[in-house]
Amino acid sequence: MLTDFGRILIFILLGAVFVAGGFFASWLLRPRRPYAEKLSTYECGEEPVGNAWIRFNIRFYVIALIFLIFDVEAVFLFPWALVFRKMGMPAFAEMAVFLLILVVGFVHVWAKGDLDWDKPRPVVPTLERRPPAREPAPPRMAELPLT
Amino acid sequence: MGLLDQRFENGNIVVTSVENLLNWARLSSLWQMQFGLACCAIEMMAASASNFDIMRFGVIPRATPRQSDVMIVAGTVTLKMASRIKRLYDQMSEPRYVISMGSCSNCGGPYWEHGYHVLKGVDRVIPVDVYVPGCPPRPEALLEGIMKLQEKVKKESLVRKSA
Repeated sequence: MLTDFGRILIFILLGAVFVAGGFFASWLLRPRRPYAEKLSTYECGEEPVGNAWIRFNIRFYVIALIFLIFDVEAVFLFPWALVFRKMGMPAFAEMAVFLLILVVGFVHVWAKGDLDWDKPRPVVPTLERRPPAREPAPPRMAELPLT
Repeated sequence: MGLLDQRFENGNIVVTSVENLLNWARLSSLWQMQFGLACCAIEMMAASASNFDIMRFGVIPRATPRQSDVMIVAGTVTLKMASRIKRLYDQMSEPRYVISMGSCSNCGGPYWEHGYHVLKGVDRVIPVDVYVPGCPPRPEALLEGIMKLQEKVKKESLVRKSA
């Protein structure tokens, strides 16, 4: 007697056999004549320059994070719009709270200037009172009178 | 190393059967590298569209040379593009075929005499299987070229070529 999980096992095994068969047939039939140009990286016909592992500007990280948040927001909005009629006012209130939280984050990001692509100037804290002037430096060795 | 590719000195009944199967598979799925160089590419697009429907020959545009079998050089090959074409051809996996479409890629076309920037025929950098004449060729002509290429593929052999 085959259980439901047994069927899944058979399915997995058949899948593995299918993939392995594809690889085997490919190995059997394909011509294999590699040379340097053929194995070179495909860059739309351009000669690949440098390494793909380069450093990205850290500012992309913030942009990606913001994009992700609002992407997820949009994903949540679509099913919400579908059931909105059925659920009525509570759904509206819940989504309003959700959006409010996101908007707070958005305002924060905007105020911090993370949306400006220009390089942000470092904020140097200024003192209200100037520090007291230092005492004059002691005379250097060459200026001392010879004894 | 492929087990069957050019491993045989002469054809026997098994080899010819496998050959038939292989060639049939290859000629029925000539995936095309998706790029166009000039106005011939417009005709190529028309050939892909519903009226001419190049996909009924199994010609499906692919976005990478690794997956494509046939390169349709549709348009003027400038000298700047020629090195790229050569590299793209090298990056295609075998078996690979080239259709030269239109006068420009056949021989330089209208740029034959005074085109200081045009390669006089794409066959100066890569081997061409089928030439499709015209300036630009109509989609029917390109289909004819595909069929000619299919005829050519049908005659391919697993047997090692004797020197």
